[in-house]
Amino acid sequence: MSLDLFALTVTPSGSHRPLFSPLTLTVPPGEVVTVMGPSGVGKSTLLDAIGGHLAHGFACTGRVVLNGRDVTHLPAEARRIGILFQDALMFPHLSVGDNLAFGLSRAVHGRAARRAAVEAALDQAGLTGFHDRDPATLSGGQRARAALMRALLAEPRALLLDEPFSALDSQLRGEIRGFAFDHISERGIPALLVTHDAYDAEAAGGAVITL
Amino acid sequence: MRSRGRALRAGVLALLLGGIILPIGFGLWETLRAAFGILPAIGAHHLSLEPWRALVALPGFATSLRLTLITGIGSTVLALVLATGFCAAVHGRIGASAGARLLTPYLAAPHAALAIGVAFLIAPSGWIARLVSPWLTGWDQPPQIASVHDGWGLALMLGLLVKEVPFLLLVILSALGQLPVRQEMAAGRVLGYGRGAVWLKLIMPQVYPLIRLPVFIVLAFALSVVDVAIILGPSNPPTLAVAITRWYSSPDTRLILPASAAALTQGALVIGAIALWAGGERVVAALGLRWLRRGARGRSAEPGLWTASALVAALMGLGLAALVGLALWSLAWRWPWPLGLPERWSLAGWLNPASGWGGALVLTLGLGLATTALALALAMAWLEGEDRARRGRARWAAVLIYLPLLVPQIGFLYGLNVAWLRVGLSGGIPAVIWAQELFVFPYVMIALSDPWRALDARLLHTAAALGASPLRQLLAVKLPILLRPILTAAAIGFGVSVALYLPTLFLGAGRVATLTTEAVTLSSGSDRRVVGIYAVLQAALPLAAYLAAIALPAMVQRNRCNLNGALGA
Repeated sequence: MSLDLFALTVTPSGSHRPLFSPLTLTVPPGEVVTVMGPSGVGKSTLLDAIGGHLAHGFACTGRVVLNGRDVTHLPAEARRIGILFQDALMFPHLSVGDNLAFGLSRAVHGRAARRAAVEAALDQAGLTGFHDRDPATLSGGQRARAALMRALLAEPRALLLDEPFSALDSQLRGEIRGFAFDHISERGIPALLVTHDAYDAEAAGGAVITL
Repeated sequence: MRSRGRALRAGVLALLLGGIILPIGFGLWETLRAAFGILPAIGAHHLSLEPWRALVALPGFATSLRLTLITGIGSTVLALVLATGFCAAVHGRIGASAGARLLTPYLAAPHAALAIGVAFLIAPSGWIARLVSPWLTGWDQPPQIASVHDGWGLALMLGLLVKEVPFLLLVILSALGQLPVRQEMAAGRVLGYGRGAVWLKLIMPQVYPLIRLPVFIVLAFALSVVDVAIILGPSNPPTLAVAITRWYSSPDTRLILPASAAALTQGALVIGAIALWAGGERVVAALGLRWLRRGARGRSAEPGLWTASALVAALMGLGLAALVGLALWSLAWRWPWPLGLPERWSLAGWLNPASGWGGALVLTLGLGLATTALALALAMAWLEGEDRARRGRARWAAVLIYLPLLVPQIGFLYGLNVAWLRVGLSGGIPAVIWAQELFVFPYVMIALSDPWRALDARLLHTAAALGASPLRQLLAVKLPILLRPILTAAAIGFGVSVALYLPTLFLGAGRVATLTTEAVTLSSGSDRRVVGIYAVLQAALPLAAYLAAIALPAMVQRNRCNLNGALGA
C-alpha cells in the first residue's frame, strides 16, 4: 500500500494563484510523512483535497493515487482514506462503542462478531468496559485513542492526521503519538501528518515537507 | 455527488418558485387588476381609477390609515425600546437557556389567544376591574369605558406588545450568542461605564444589524395584523387591514374593487413604513454616535433601563394572567360581577366536544401536522442540497423564502383565491394547507438553518472518511445530532400553522373552521366560556409541541451531555 500525489495543487475560485506549488510525493506503507508550514498556508486544505472533502470554491488539479488506483475523482466515502482531527471529534450522539461500530468495516458480519471486534479495539486502546460511555465523559487521551481505533476499524488504505496531537499536554502527547505511529507501522498504512510541532515531525520519522 | 446536490437544490428551488413566488406574484397581479377595475367574475372589465375614488370615499378610510400607522409603528418602536432596555438591565443576570424557557409560553401562544386573554383582563367587566371592585373603585357594575376596542388603538398596541416583546427578547438573546458580550462588558466597565451604558453604546449597535430582519417582520406584521385588531382594536373605523377584510367579505361585491385598491395601499404602507424605519435607523445611529463621543459614563441612564425592565415584567405578568384568565373562563359556570373568581365551576363545556371545538381541534391538529411535516421535509431537502453541493447560504434565496413574511397577507391572499377559483380549486383543505405552507416554511427555515449550518463539517468529513455515504451521513450523523433544533423548528412551524387566521379564512372560503378562525369569530360578543375553551386549546396545542420539543431530545439523548444545548440551540 502506498499513497502517491502527483502535481497536486488547490486553487481558490476567483484566484489564479494556487495555495501551494504543485506537490508530488510518495508515502510508503507504514511510514508517516510530515507536512509543515505556517498557519493559513493551506495544510488542512491539502488534506481536504486528498481526502475528498474540499468545499465549494476550491479547484483541485493533479492526481491522488492510492495503491496504484487513481482516486482523485471519487467521493470521500469511496476513497477509504481515514482522517483524524485535533479534537478527536467523536460523534456526540453515539456511545463510545457505537462510534467504533460506525467505523467498523462492513466486511465484519454478524452482531456477535461485530461486537467482539469493537470490544477488541477498545481493549487495545486501553478502554476496556467503555462501550456504553458517553464520549463527552472521556479524557483527551482516551478520546484520541478511541478516535484512532474508530479510523483503523474502517480498514483505511491511508490515513490523514490533521494536528491530532495538538490539543494534548506534552506528556500525553508523546504517549498518544507513539500509540498512533505504532499502529500505523504495524498495519503498514501510509500516513500524512500535518503539524506545527517539530517534535511530532521528528517522532514521525518519515520525510518532512514544508509548504 | 456534487451534481446530485445541485439537482436537489434546483428541485427545491423550483418547488419554491412554483409554489411560493409564482402564486404570490399571481395573487398580487389579480389584486392589482381588481384595484384598477378589472375583475371579470363580477362583470368588471374596464381599466379605470374608479376603485381608488371609491376607496377614498369609503367612510373611515383616512382614520383607518392613521390608526394603522400609529398602532403599527408605535407598537414596534415600543417593543424594541422595551426589549432593549430589559436586556440592558437584565442580561448576564439570567442565563440564556433559562431566559429562553421563560419566554416559551409567550412564543407558543398564538396572537389571537393572547389577545382574547388580554381582552378578558382589561375589559370593563374584565378580571382586573373585578379584582379592584367595588372596594377600590366603587363600581357596582362594569363601568362604561372603552378599555377594549378603544378609538386610539391602545388596547391593540398592548395586545401586540404582549406577543412582540418576548419575540424580540428571544431574537436579541440568540444574537447575543454570536458576540463576545462578556469581554466587551468587562472592557467597557473598566473604562468607567455603567452596565446599561456599555449595553447601549457598545453591544446594542452590534446586536441591531443581526436582528434587523426580525424587526422588519414585526413591523410588517403589526401594520397588517387582522386577528388581534379584530379582537382588541378600534371597531368603527377599524385598522386598514381589518377594514379590507370586512370589505372583501361583504355581501356587496361592489366593495371588492376598492378593497383591492386598499390592499395595494396596505402594501405601500408597509414598504413606506420600512423605508421610514430605515431612515430612523440612520438618525438614531448618528445621534447615538454623538452621545458616545461625548464620553458620558451614562450611569444616569440606569433608571430608564429599570423602568423599561419593570414594564417588560408587567407585560409578561399580563400575558400570563391572560392565559390563566382564559383557563378560568373555560371552567366557569357562573361568574357574576364583581367576584374575583367564578362562583360556580363546571366542566360542561369541556365534556361536550360535539358542541364544535372537537371538530375544530382535530382539523387544526391535522392541518398543523401536515404543514409542519411538509415544511420540515422541504427545509431539510434545501439544507442537505446545500451541503451536498458544498455550498453555503445563498442570500437571494433567503430573500425569496422570507418574502411571504414581509408582503402583507391581505395584499395577495384575495387575489390568490381568485387565481385558485379560476383553475377550479378553492375552499378545500388542500388549498388551506398550501396557503399555510407559505408562512410555515419560512419560520421552519429560519429556525433550522442556523443550527444546521453550524454543525461541525469535520464530523461529516470523519463519517465520510469512515466510508459513510451521504445518505448514511444524513441519517446516522446529521439528523440525530440535530434532533433538538429539528424538533424546535417543527414546534415553531406547528405553532405558526395553528395561529394562522387570514390564509385559513380566505383559502378555506370560510368553510375550514380551525380553532383560530372560530376563536376570532366567537370573540366578538359571544359567550366567554365558549371562547375560553377555543382560546385555551389554541394556546395549548403549540405549547404542547414546544414542551415535546424540549422533553423528547432530553429523554432520547439523556446520556449525551455534548448534545444538551451546546450543539443544539
